[in-house]
Amino acid sequence: MSDLTNLTVAEIRDGVAAGTFSAREVATAFNAEVEVGRKLNAYIVETPEKALEAADVADAVRKSGDLKPLSGVPLGMKDLFCTEGVQSTAASHILEGFTPTYESTVSARLWDAGAGMLGKLNLDQFAMGSSNETSYFGNVVSPWRDASGKDLAPGGSSGGSSAAISARLCPAATGTDTGGSIRQPAAFTGISGIKPTYGRCSRWGIVAFASSLDQAGSMARTVKDNAILLEAMAGFDPKDATSLDAPVPQWEAGLSSDLKGKTVGIPKEYRPDGLNPEIEALWDKGIAWLKDAGAEVVEVSLPHTQYALPTYYIIAPAEASSNLARYDGVRYGLRDLPDGAGLQDMYAATRAAGFGDEVKRRIMIGTYVLSAGFYDAYYTQACKVRALIARDFEAAWEKCDLLLTPTAPSAAFALGEKQADPLAMYLNDVFTVPASLAGLPAMSVPGGLDSAGLPLGLQIIGKALDEQGVLNASLALEERAGFTARPEKWW
Amino acid sequence: MSIDITTVKKVASLARIAVTDDQAEKLVPELNNILGWVEQLGEVDVSGVEPMTAVIPNHLRLREDAVNADPLTGGNVRDKVLANAPQAEHGFFAVPKVIE
Amino acid sequence: MTESTYRIQGATGDWEVVIGLEVHAQVMSEAKLFSGAATAFGAEPNTQVSLVDAAMPGMLPVPNAECIRQAVRTGMAINAQINKWSRFDRKNYFYADLPQGYQISQLYYPLVGEGEIEISLDDKNPEAEVKTIGIERIHVEQDAGKLMHDQHPTRSYVDLNRSGVALMEIVSRPDMRSPAEAGAYLSKLRTILRYVGSCDGNMDQGSMRADVNVSVRKPGEELGTRTETKNVNSVRFVMQAIEHEANRQVDVLESGGKIVQETRLFDPDTGSTRSMRSKEDAHDYRYFPDPDLLPLELEDAFLEECRASLPELPDAKRHRYENDLGLSPYNAGVLTAEAETARWFEVLLSESAAKQGKPEADVAKAAANWMLSELFGALNKLGKGLDDSPVSPQAGAELLALVGDGTISGSIAKQVLEKMLETGDGAEAIVEREGLKQTSDTGAIEAAVAKVLADNADKVEQYKGGKEALFGFFVGQTMKAMQGKANPKVVNELLKKALG
Ligand SMILES: [Mg+2]
Ligand SMILES: [Zn+2]
Repeated sequence: MSDLTNLTVAEIRDGVAAGTFSAREVATAFNAEVEVGRKLNAYIVETPEKALEAADVADAVRKSGDLKPLSGVPLGMKDLFCTEGVQSTAASHILEGFTPTYESTVSARLWDAGAGMLGKLNLDQFAMGSSNETSYFGNVVSPWRDASGKDLAPGGSSGGSSAAISARLCPAATGTDTGGSIRQPAAFTGISGIKPTYGRCSRWGIVAFASSLDQAGSMARTVKDNAILLEAMAGFDPKDATSLDAPVPQWEAGLSSDLKGKTVGIPKEYRPDGLNPEIEALWDKGIAWLKDAGAEVVEVSLPHTQYALPTYYIIAPAEASSNLARYDGVRYGLRDLPDGAGLQDMYAATRAAGFGDEVKRRIMIGTYVLSAGFYDAYYTQACKVRALIARDFEAAWEKCDLLLTPTAPSAAFALGEKQADPLAMYLNDVFTVPASLAGLPAMSVPGGLDSAGLPLGLQIIGKALDEQGVLNASLALEERAGFTARPEKWW
Repeated sequence: MSIDITTVKKVASLARIAVTDDQAEKLVPELNNILGWVEQLGEVDVSGVEPMTAVIPNHLRLREDAVNADPLTGGNVRDKVLANAPQAEHGFFAVPKVIE
Repeated sequence: MTESTYRIQGATGDWEVVIGLEVHAQVMSEAKLFSGAATAFGAEPNTQVSLVDAAMPGMLPVPNAECIRQAVRTGMAINAQINKWSRFDRKNYFYADLPQGYQISQLYYPLVGEGEIEISLDDKNPEAEVKTIGIERIHVEQDAGKLMHDQHPTRSYVDLNRSGVALMEIVSRPDMRSPAEAGAYLSKLRTILRYVGSCDGNMDQGSMRADVNVSVRKPGEELGTRTETKNVNSVRFVMQAIEHEANRQVDVLESGGKIVQETRLFDPDTGSTRSMRSKEDAHDYRYFPDPDLLPLELEDAFLEECRASLPELPDAKRHRYENDLGLSPYNAGVLTAEAETARWFEVLLSESAAKQGKPEADVAKAAANWMLSELFGALNKLGKGLDDSPVSPQAGAELLALVGDGTISGSIAKQVLEKMLETGDGAEAIVEREGLKQTSDTGAIEAAVAKVLADNADKVEQYKGGKEALFGFFVGQTMKAMQGKANPKVVNELLKKALG
């Protein structure tokens, strides 16, 4: 029954509940696809037994009517989430073999909701990257191909998640988004993904990259599936001091693509000179679709947009340089102890061997911008500009309820194409970073294919805590885009 | 401002990342490129702007003074604490001898 | 405030010593500052460690309300500014006792701002000079773990039990000018912390330790370069460290050298300081606001609760003892020097007043005198203190009531106290059992008086001739004849009558 892997989360959930198929059949089908899909390198660790175990529980409780919201649904787990008893690496050598004795809050919530785990998904090392080329465990290859036949980037950092979902190696997955790490890979692979408001999902048990930006979210093929998944993931956690103590709305039940009475803003700064004409054309289509759904569309201005990326590339590395100081070879993970080395030499050797080039680059940048004499010029200045960027959004909300932008400035590029130039790579996040800096909910949905046959995404940004508005506008786009393309199975 | 190899080595040492001369040499233009680019922030007029402290308006919650109320953040879990240690002996983490 | 006269005599003249202390005081709380692990002293290695304290991947800090409350109360106790908006910062450095690779501390916006502490250079002497030492700030931060170096030939062992325990760092101004002033400051600070109950002040267990900043200069000149001697853990050691360090600096300067700003270590065995190898490299801590924590904003109600929960503090108490209870400055000073002493005295006082049906002010002097001379003397001989005294303040009040109502004399009271310490029995029971009640039977006393005067006719003569000091002699002889059990008041009256 290989077409089980083409089902959505909602279809699996409802089918299992109705007894149309068993959860074990679903888990077995996905486990088989995971095996077949190894060429994509989407999973670092496969846990077929975990998927089956949760499926058997679902099948057992079905008869008693005690099914939970995600009973029978197998998921992929980004390997930034610590999972008890299962290696958790953040795709780094320094955490290779690390087996947590604890479960992250978000993953625990998903298992509590009845979901099962297919495996740990590959990512850019410590979530630092936009192409999934910085993983210690090798690049993830996008299931999509253009005429060149080259291996394409699945986006990053949640590239294992995006590749696995679009290749049907899982129906949905977790992601984390620091500057676009859910939305950009979703756009590259023709799926949807939402980063909720900062603080919606607990950060407890997620390997930290940049604490003031990191936010977990969901990735799936449909808007509805994202609503289902996010509802299970989100919620107050007293173990995270930045967790929002606010009730989680019933997002799935609240879904509606009727946008009458809503005003959507089009930020003019997101249309720089030289914007890819195909992206621009898709954006215009998106505007028409939202109007068709009943929304009023207005132009708005976010004047500090051009400063968002440089702001991000000061704040994120600064926080990362400190967050990654704990990887020192003392309590867990890799230890490199050269002959006769003292403690400090051990640190330097361990970290040199354990971190990849991009991670080192960001730690170095972060260390430098926080160091004596430079702190105010870089870090304090960046925190002030960040306040201005947040203020831009506040001003926009006076005129509109939501914003529509492209998700990324291009379609997926070939692996290796931008690796030599970090700055070119950073520019991938130009449209996603501002909402991250302001902590706002934002979602990418597929809008169509470009002339090379590769997916392009549209982004909806909403007010703080208005995930419902974001999901609804995304649903309106999804219905009108009618995106059904899927990658040809070459693996 | 642009950085030289001495600065790169100093930063690497602060960050406890061993670098060879070749690696440091290679990092000089890379880091200068990135720093040169982020320095455009200097042109933003931020007079009267307070640095952002909370991303989303939220108050710092305090915990009650209770021991082991939640096993995930409580003590008495030595086995878990030491489970992944590269070297643990007699209930301690072991490191190369430190001279203070 | 007069200038301190403490000087180091160098070959080139006199040198003045400038001292500031950064005291790390462990906050009394059940759980750690950012985790739910226990803080108790002396547990098996790494047992009081949570996943948070071990800085496992993905772990996050959530602050403990009690630690914040204790620091606020401490700030209030030294009349300091309490900052309703403060923030936690990360201090980044690598060391094996620091699992996160940073210490969560407060650099830019500390919880407590400027305050002050008054010290007396001689506690026992009410006339002694009083000096105000400025407090720059108190901030809250995490303690580090512990490294053991002597358990293995080539390895150090890491115990994280202390990692994450809440500390208050109490930073003084460089206002002290002699080892004695620094000692007095540290003692007074410890007294205040114990009164407030925010730190147990047990320096030998490490719950209070001082980083000692010392520089020297010719009087009137600019501040010299200072050194910081870390983690000195007794008042005596602090004074020794200052003395040694100041003399070392003078020697260096006078032989043409320069003082290097550095971290030093105190060696209690030799009483000297030495440069700390492990902290040799210049530090750049890259402080920045901890992004895992939001700013700490305190509500008025919280501050009011903190203030309301403060006990009477040592200076206020001392003044009250002097002014309202009529105690001597010396007695008031001794009774208030330790929170525990004052607490004991106050129970004794209120029980005494209740038992004797008198206002506290009327029984205070007798209670204070008895406690400081009789009780402390007796406990001293036994090698005990108030904390393990076999006599409770209630039992003491029972004894004082017997003296107060004339049942026994002061000298009999001494014997009774000894018996109480020996047996643990109550004063009344002992007096009853041993027949120690003093007599007011005028007949018996009259007879004794008559005999004493008859036996000492010559002295009676001298007395009548104007040598009135002999009256005491007759009292003593009469009491002796009565085996100490005569009511001294009756003896006085009858003697006066008999001597005309
Ligand atoms: Mg200090
Ligand atoms: Zn400190």
